[in-house]
Amino acid sequence: MKQPIKELNPKFLESTQNKEHLINYLLGVADNYLILGQRLGELCGHGPNLEPDIALTNISLDMLGQVRSFYQYIAQLRGDKSTEDDIAFLRKEREYKNVLLLEQPNTDFGYVIVRQFFFDVYNKMFLNALQQSADETLRALAFKGIKEASYHERFSGDWLKRLGDGTEESRSRVQEAVNDLWIYTDELFQTTTADDAMIEAGVAPDMSAFRDTYYEKVKELLTIATLDIPEVAYFQKGGKEGLHSEHMGFILTEMQYMQRAYPDSKW
Amino acid sequence: MSQETPLWEVFIRSKNGLEHRHCGSLHAEDAEMAMNNARDVYTRRNEGVSIWVVESTNITASSPESSGELFEPATDKVYRHPTFYELPDELKHM
Repeated sequence: MKQPIKELNPKFLESTQNKEHLINYLLGVADNYLILGQRLGELCGHGPNLEPDIALTNISLDMLGQVRSFYQYIAQLRGDKSTEDDIAFLRKEREYKNVLLLEQPNTDFGYVIVRQFFFDVYNKMFLNALQQSADETLRALAFKGIKEASYHERFSGDWLKRLGDGTEESRSRVQEAVNDLWIYTDELFQTTTADDAMIEAGVAPDMSAFRDTYYEKVKELLTIATLDIPEVAYFQKGGKEGLHSEHMGFILTEMQYMQRAYPDSKW
Repeated sequence: MSQETPLWEVFIRSKNGLEHRHCGSLHAEDAEMAMNNARDVYTRRNEGVSIWVVESTNITASSPESSGELFEPATDKVYRHPTFYELPDELKHM
């Protein structure tokens, strides 16, 4: 049952603190798309064969398309001279708010698919819920993104089933990826101070309400894929607060190289 | 995917009202994967509204060796083309 949308009070953004919280909340959302897009982009020309290579780089471009809209909105909110490119390329590691899951390396095709699937299930639920946001821009972005998010989930879910229920080797490799990446899933549902403020204001959906559904869905598909569901006592976190894994610096080095070496260069 | 991965032919309808046209081929294990691959490889620049995929082995093709008997007899029968009619000037686009 969809709740009627509560419009945001126009005065809401006149408060510097509210605006600050909104910007930080948006960075948390957008940086996920940026870092996953960058990771998938690394695979361009390196996919196992032509078809998944193109599919993964398509998804990468979808992610970058999505992130641009969010960064443009952030730049607009900031109201200074910063552009989407500054936000993407000129921050320091601690200023990126993506979850740890998405910066994990492309160890093999199994890891790529599992990382994608763990995120896609979340992302589809998130964009669905974001369509009820009190913020008009975010509603529009969510509406635009949901279709491609549904396709991403179809793609990664399909491959997960194939790899899990495939050969002995594909099964053992994808099981290893599931075991390794499982500890990063809980962070998707953690909130920062900025997130809590935006949930309170009706701008952000309260994703903790979807946590159980998320794990039900993921476990259901892992079961279909004949994979074991890991049991862990402790989940990793930190990315949303800017505390990243050892992989993040390498991603940024490559991603920011052009803007750092040739400041303000344009296509 | 290995060498044995089956080959599929892809047909795309570019817009409603037009016929599906052959646009290429790809590898896939089954129809579902062929459909996803076709979507990713052949429609990412907004080329289509409908996709058909068919496993290449299901297509019976004419053999190049028999092209003589199949096609050459038609080459010197110009009278089979309706080109001997005087068309009125008002008639365009023929």
